[in-house]
Amino acid sequence: MASLWEYANPVKFMKLSGWLLPLSALLAAVLIVTGLIWGFFLTTEDFRQGSTVKIIFLHVPSALMAINAWAMMLVASLVWLIRRHHVSALAAKAAAPVGAVMTLIALFTGAVWGQPMWGTWWAWDPRLTSFLILFLFYLGYMALWSAIDDPDTAADLTAVLCLVGSVFAVLSRYAALFWNQGLHQGASLSVAPGTRMDMTYKLPLYLCMTGFGLLFLALVLAGTRTEIRARRARALLTRERAHA
Amino acid sequence: MMPDLGTYATEILLAYAVSLGLLAALILWVWARSRRVTRDMDLLEARLKRGANAQD
Repeated sequence: MASLWEYANPVKFMKLSGWLLPLSALLAAVLIVTGLIWGFFLTTEDFRQGSTVKIIFLHVPSALMAINAWAMMLVASLVWLIRRHHVSALAAKAAAPVGAVMTLIALFTGAVWGQPMWGTWWAWDPRLTSFLILFLFYLGYMALWSAIDDPDTAADLTAVLCLVGSVFAVLSRYAALFWNQGLHQGASLSVAPGTRMDMTYKLPLYLCMTGFGLLFLALVLAGTRTEIRARRARALLTRERAHA
Repeated sequence: MMPDLGTYATEILLAYAVSLGLLAALILWVWARSRRVTRDMDLLEARLKRGANAQD
């Protein structure tokens, strides 16, 4: 089996992503469309939350990917800091806008769901607040990449920012457990014993979660390919100016 | 057929419309940026190739 490090080579990464990108995009489209149609049209009302339960098929997958995107950026940043593989830094850069949009969707759908259920759009609840801070970290991360001309320096500084922001990514995931005082409930899905959610909702939710994961993969692969091309273009331009 | 969303129809439809709109905008942005960078890269490589041929 080929070592994972081989794909730190941009040529090998482009070759791998050349077939993995359309495959993951296609699977993501099929799973998300199926999951959302199933969830929206074919599920019944919840006995307590009524039809608002249909928001779960967007809220939970996007919140999951908001945290996992940052986790992926953390791993990629560590690889950059330790092994100096450019593809990993570019992959982290490509993941940030995707993670930011996922966080925004989670925040928005949470607010729209919270209004009829809790009687308020927003509360300074531990999980909501840590998600808002995570969103601000995403914005700061993207702003830092844009603000620094030298790509290696930008990759170094954004990697450090990513390490700091990881505290809030962890808090976003476990805030409801750390502080048992907020409005937000604990985990809807768990491997712990005891049924928390009926299969009526679980199956379309699993489809949407897998679909969002594959969509994230496809968008990060596409973004990383773009960043690799942009980096090569910069290198060619620099060489051209040096020869001129 | 549209399911009966009851009194929460506005909230549910708003959540779906905004979320799907954001996802569509993200996909379009990634796709458009990829096309723009690829086109610029092709133009640059063609220009460099022409320059190299002219020197030969």
